[in-house]
Amino acid sequence: MNKRALKKALKQSIPILCSYVFISMAYGMLMAENGYPWYVALLASVIVYTGAFQFVLVSLLAGGASLGLVAVTALLMNSRQTFYSLSFVSDFRAMGRRMPYMVYTMTDESFAVNCSLECDDPDRQDVMFYVAILCRIYWLLGTVLGAVVGQSLPFDLTGIDFCMTALFVILLMDQWAHPERRKPALVGGGIAMICLLIFGSGSFMLPALLITSAVLVILNRWEVKQA
Amino acid sequence: MTMRTFYVILVSAVCTLTLRALPFVLFRKDKAMPAWLSRLGETLPSAIMAVLVVYCLKDIPAQPIKTGVPQLLGVAIVALTYRWKRNTLLSIALGTVGYMLLIHLPL
Repeated sequence: MNKRALKKALKQSIPILCSYVFISMAYGMLMAENGYPWYVALLASVIVYTGAFQFVLVSLLAGGASLGLVAVTALLMNSRQTFYSLSFVSDFRAMGRRMPYMVYTMTDESFAVNCSLECDDPDRQDVMFYVAILCRIYWLLGTVLGAVVGQSLPFDLTGIDFCMTALFVILLMDQWAHPERRKPALVGGGIAMICLLIFGSGSFMLPALLITSAVLVILNRWEVKQA
Repeated sequence: MTMRTFYVILVSAVCTLTLRALPFVLFRKDKAMPAWLSRLGETLPSAIMAVLVVYCLKDIPAQPIKTGVPQLLGVAIVALTYRWKRNTLLSIALGTVGYMLLIHLPL
């Protein structure tokens, strides 16, 4: 084991530790609040492992949604995973036996950490691998904690799901700190709002994601021509 | 756990894994990724983050007062404290607790 890389990974993943334990606890509590035992919450965290969607998953489970709706929602909400993987195809390929695990384990946060690593760092691949494993451990710990604690809390947890909104606002603000990422953020936010008004809250995500992608492709092409 | 619960979780897992593995299946060793697609991969994360914020606030047009006021105030707490302290955990905690208190207001 590469101890230097493990140390780097631990340091890089401290902010993720805080937010994952907190968010996955909220998810575990939400599952408990809807009457699901801790091992159901844990099963989803082990095999699905995607932050925002797991919150939606609770409402799909509790609301008796059809498997078709579950599939469509999962595909739409997690389509960003495809683009995360896309950015790391060659990196993960170079990681040999670790590659399948890396593919299976990319999240918003580990993607952000991977993006922040220097390309010429000799420990880069080890750090990525350790960050991936650490993040999943944090997530599973929080899930079980939340599910167990949530079942025994004496007070009303309505509104706990707002921590997901809070997380996305923060991630957006982090993106906003990079001036070149502001235009795509404005495009996405603007199109999502227009689609919300046109298609309604139940079905705006698919058109919003598709139109945003198309507009970005056109904008990118136009910018390359200008340069 | 009922069979339905298990299938719902399984379907979610299969769909998510498919999305994660898709680029590796599509772009095998001999095939280079087209430039427009890698540029899209660079610009999409910030766009999707903005779409997700809108998704979280999607119930505001239907209920501007009852849902909109607590949610927008919650977002304001998160944004202002994060700008001030740059502490993810603190801002999530303050915003969520603030929101949970605000939804009990008699709006």
